[in-house]
Amino acid sequence: MKRGPSAFNIASVVLGLAFLYAPIVILVIYSFNASRLVTVWGGFSTRWYTALFQDAQMLDAVWVTLRVGVLSATLATVLGTLAAVALVRGGFRGRTALAGGIYATLVMPEVILGLSLLLLFVAAGLPRGFWTVTLSHATLTLAYATVVVQARLATFDRHLEEAAQDLGCPPWKAFALVTLPGIAPAVAAAWMLAFTLSLDDLVIASFTSGPGATTLPMRLYSQVRLGVDPKINAVSTLLIGLVATGVIAAYLVQQRRRSTR
Amino acid sequence: MTDRAQHRPQIGGIRSSFAPWEDPAARPLVRFDGVSKAFGDTVAVTGVDLSIYEGEFFALLGPSGCGKTTLMRMLAGFETPDGGRLMLEGRDIQADPPHRRPVHMMFQAYALFPHLSVAQNIAFGLRRQGLPKAQIAARVEEMLALVKLEGLGKRRPDQLSGGQKQRVALARAIAPRPRILLLDEPMAALDKKLREETQFELMTLQQTLGMTFMIVTHDQDEAMVVADRIAVMREGRIAQVGRPAEVYETPVDRYVAGFIGDVNLFEGKVAATNGPILRLQSDDGVFDAEGAAAVGDHVWLAVRPEKIAVYPEAPGGPRNLLAGKILDYGYLGDWTTYLVEIAPGRTIRAARANATRVVDRPLGCGDPVWLSFAPSSAVVLTK
Repeated sequence: MKRGPSAFNIASVVLGLAFLYAPIVILVIYSFNASRLVTVWGGFSTRWYTALFQDAQMLDAVWVTLRVGVLSATLATVLGTLAAVALVRGGFRGRTALAGGIYATLVMPEVILGLSLLLLFVAAGLPRGFWTVTLSHATLTLAYATVVVQARLATFDRHLEEAAQDLGCPPWKAFALVTLPGIAPAVAAAWMLAFTLSLDDLVIASFTSGPGATTLPMRLYSQVRLGVDPKINAVSTLLIGLVATGVIAAYLVQQRRRSTR
Repeated sequence: MTDRAQHRPQIGGIRSSFAPWEDPAARPLVRFDGVSKAFGDTVAVTGVDLSIYEGEFFALLGPSGCGKTTLMRMLAGFETPDGGRLMLEGRDIQADPPHRRPVHMMFQAYALFPHLSVAQNIAFGLRRQGLPKAQIAARVEEMLALVKLEGLGKRRPDQLSGGQKQRVALARAIAPRPRILLLDEPMAALDKKLREETQFELMTLQQTLGMTFMIVTHDQDEAMVVADRIAVMREGRIAQVGRPAEVYETPVDRYVAGFIGDVNLFEGKVAATNGPILRLQSDDGVFDAEGAAAVGDHVWLAVRPEKIAVYPEAPGGPRNLLAGKILDYGYLGDWTTYLVEIAPGRTIRAARANATRVVDRPLGCGDPVWLSFAPSSAVVLTK
């Protein structure tokens, strides 16, 4: 038997990774480009990062996006967890209909979701802005959060909740003390997913945002139409760094928990 | 108890002074009063009347699906009866949710909280009672010592062996001192040797604490060993309640006779009666047995294998004699069981204690043998 990977294995791994990450690597490299021209390498420089931190509009968009992301992901995770509990544990009629209603938004075209939300806000007389985007993102990500939590909850030993109740916990307390710690990794994963989805949403934000609440994807998109500014590379690199740090941190936390067991 | 009572022949040959169920003045701790429960079209429990007394070790015995677990879960509060009443210390507890009942359960798969340490698991019920911290810590130590797990309080459940997990589950359930402890197949996951040790430990623990235990099991040996009384269940009903020896020696019907231990059945009609002795005319022959039945009744004689004597040569005296040949035998060390063919396709089980190491005439397959049983060893069953 030959040991180690064959040339074919190595080639396929390299090509696969290149396919996935080459665009991102190029973006990161060009964020350190000294040249104003996006496609011409003019030497190493951090001038676009400096420029970025002086661009109030861009910074404002980043700040709006992060706030919208954190708030909508939290809202969606709380509601999604409650929905998952109802779907897995609830023995009520119409459970299938509720599941269908929640999952329908997964396959609903975003344009239609965005348009319907816009019509709703207009009809309700809500001024569009920060809160309408946040609510809309919670609507968009609720189904994803539900699916993630529901999958974990379905395999969670129900006898643990019964044992907690048996030992003196009312149902809500049994959930808080026993179920929630058990499904915490899934809840965290649901939050991360919802946050990421909110972070890169353009379509729904375009429909439901208003003046003063421009998110980063909206800002980037409108800037690109006017010509690619190397600052966009810089802000994108920072975003990639943020998300990657979060994912790696989550992984390390899980590893550590496993090794202490 | 008078001298006379002590010297009268007793079923099973074991005398116990603990028998509150025989005292008409005793008030039961738990009472099931015509309790029924159905899941959709499936009837789980129907018309169950049962009284369990303070300090008793009570066993619910039956095959899977007989309703024994449902009965236990109703007492814990996880199922609501459709009909009947469920009383604890004379009070109807049906409206109480599980967390308000002084009834704790040891779950079959233990259901230890994986994110908590052993000590935190045991302290769980105590903390819900709002005891002071120092008192909780002291009680946890006391419980760890009781189940012989000193020094393991900081471990996580997944760092324990199966037997240790079982002890933690037990300690967690008894720590808040419930009025009754429910044990759902507590030894199903243990191997045979550990199970036997645990059975005796459970009995000792129950007597030390003076607590009432109710165990659900499908293992008749386990129920016989641990319980003061056994309720044999069949298809949602109680078939018989009694001491292990009563259930074994005087089963009320063929189902109970066959579920607890091995049994040989002789089916026939009562041909004659003479005082307490009746004569049965069956396809296997004519047998005498002690029992109450009228001439012409269709009855069964139930005879346990160990009550059938095995002779290598035709004996002169005994009644109820059957001739046959050994079809198969099983050597169990303490016992040897024989499968004896008395007619083509008709076999009888007999068992003999291996009281001596050396046997003059060893029996083997194909050897002719004679079987007999005393009229008082057979039980007459009418259903």
